[in-house]
Amino acid sequence: MKIAVLLRPVPDPVEELELSDDGTDLDRDFLGYVLNEFDDHALEEALLLKDETGAEVSVWALGTADEVDQILYTALAKGADRACKLGDDLGALDSRAQATLFADALGDEAPDLILTGVQAADELVGQVAVLVASALDLPHVEVVVGTEPVDGGIRVTKEFWGGITGDYQVALPAVLGIQAAREAPRYVAVSRVRQAQQEGNLEERDVTAPEPAPGVKVVEMRIPEAGEGAEMIEGDEAAAADAIVEILRRAGVA
Amino acid sequence: MSDNVLVITEHLEGEPTEISFELIALGRRLAADLGGQVEVLVAGDGAAAMADRFGGADTVLVVDDARLDGFDPEGHPRVAAAVVEARNPKVVLVPYTSEGMDVASELAARTDLPLVSYCKDVRAADGLAATCQLYAGKIEADVEVEGDRAVFAVLSGAAPAADGMSGGAGAVETVDVGVDLPGRVQALGFTQPEAGDVDITAQDVLVVVGRGIESEDNIAEAEELAEALGGAVAASRPVVDQGWLPKTRQVGKSGLTVKPKVYLALGVSGAPEHVEGMRDAATIIAVNTDPQAPIFGVAHYGWVGDLFDLVPELLERVES
Ligand SMILES: Cc1cc2nc3c(=O)[nH]c(=O)nc-3n(C[C@H](O)[C@H](O)[C@H](O)COP(=O)(O)OP(=O)(O)OC[C@H]3O[C@@H](n4cnc5c(N)ncnc54)[C@H](O)[C@@H]3O)c2cc1C
Ligand SMILES: Nc1ncnc2c1ncn2[C@@H]1O[C@H](COP(=O)(O)O)[C@@H](O)[C@H]1O
Repeated sequence: MKIAVLLRPVPDPVEELELSDDGTDLDRDFLGYVLNEFDDHALEEALLLKDETGAEVSVWALGTADEVDQILYTALAKGADRACKLGDDLGALDSRAQATLFADALGDEAPDLILTGVQAADELVGQVAVLVASALDLPHVEVVVGTEPVDGGIRVTKEFWGGITGDYQVALPAVLGIQAAREAPRYVAVSRVRQAQQEGNLEERDVTAPEPAPGVKVVEMRIPEAGEGAEMIEGDEAAAADAIVEILRRAGVA
Repeated sequence: MSDNVLVITEHLEGEPTEISFELIALGRRLAADLGGQVEVLVAGDGAAAMADRFGGADTVLVVDDARLDGFDPEGHPRVAAAVVEARNPKVVLVPYTSEGMDVASELAARTDLPLVSYCKDVRAADGLAATCQLYAGKIEADVEVEGDRAVFAVLSGAAPAADGMSGGAGAVETVDVGVDLPGRVQALGFTQPEAGDVDITAQDVLVVVGRGIESEDNIAEAEELAEALGGAVAASRPVVDQGWLPKTRQVGKSGLTVKPKVYLALGVSGAPEHVEGMRDAATIIAVNTDPQAPIFGVAHYGWVGDLFDLVPELLERVES
């Protein structure tokens, strides 16, 4: 089995976000990037399938920014067999353009399974998994929380809500959007990542960005007012504890 | 093209979901601005039996097809796309849920319509526009559609469900879209969650830990506080995905919806998928080191600071 995993760098969620001068994007000059957390789960699920079936795992990313290299080397250190980056300076691409690039590249590779994260927090359109599947005319299942290889395909568990899940048998090849791997994503020592970096086995493929289709334009971005509607408690932890105990009393629970 | 709004409804085990009615309510508002009507699509095996639930719509389009057993990630988007082609609505509203995630973008791709996701509001008075939540709720974006038709994937809470339950004609129309289903995805059945040790939906007080709790060992401190307050500990998704607490303790979109008297959130950022499960709690108190955390947007009271400094102080006061 051949498994391809799509990896996307996103602005580090622990960092403070600031807006660009024209107010239609983030100020990206000093932003740190990390791997989208759901993609880490997609990679983990692929590596678990590799452990079980001996599958070959390749990881794919767009662009040549430093964080892309870092993410791909980390994936190699964790056990991915191949890492490939597509394109050079692609500029801003919408989801459909991104999906087209991946579909073109992966169409030639013909993996049995394409895994993505369920969503990326910085994307207005989203569902790249489904768009890649549509472009390649493959079946897809989003919000997957576990897979099991079986004869003639793969069995997947899709999460609905309230803890209700549904099981599906999916014919291969297929595309899955992973919400959570069966196990928490594995850690890898920094030294192993550095070693992968020294080995430097990143493949590069040239791709051309498609013409953007008319779609959706951001007019304004805002950072919602902190504590809009909330009464903010001032002072140190002792003052906060006093205030919170008072709130609990008024709510009739302390 | 018509001036209508088409709402793609969803259902689980014969019951339409709450968000389906929220979208009909939103659709009514948009249809009034567009001078059109609200049509809803109810698709599935046994869909006809649900048609009379949609009196909030002007027209109820029913696709009752035995092949669409449960939810079919391959069939449902194809049926929705065929109905969009046949009815030509100006606006298509899809719930941004587990089902909607399989439906919305395939539908958009098949019909070549632009898609806007994470919408908390959609407007149609002056061109199509939406307000979207990005970066896990940390950023709000106002967007405009460049054409005159689009698909919007809408978060729960965009309009009151009650407003979408009546007020239309509810005329039922059975449609035969004759789609071809390749049958590559086969439903094997649903699994209900196992009952947990604690029912978090029945508690007066929930002490809720998010990723800010940092490690499994630190949960004990939250347990102690919850116990002292006569409540229980609940959690956000990452805490459960790490295996630190069972799934039955998860609040949110894919967890449980809770409405306790007091919801004390410790190190929870307040992503839209979490907020969906707790925004109706009577008193929400949030503690977070990040003053920008979106949880402060839904909380009634907030303190910017370290939960590990606060919890011992709170314990001391509550236990005495
Ligand atoms: C389809 C889908 C369904 C989902 N369903 C759910 C769901 O049901 N429930 C759910 O919760 N999520 C769900 N999510 C995930 C959701 O998007 C967020 O990723 C998640 O809610 C974030 O959890 P968190 O707030 O604990 O973590 P983070 O977003 O990482 O936030 C941690 C917070 O802790 C703060 N913090 C750190 N250290 C401290 C400290 N010492 N003291 C105080 N504060 C501190 C940080 O400032 C930060 O705000 C779902 C996602 C998807 C895509
Ligand atoms: N530019 C990208 N590079 C690599 N993977 C991507 C990219 N965009 C989307 N993906 C994959 O698709 C998933 C869903 O992203 P999105 O559909 O944009 O919310 C991500 O979690 C990634 O796995």
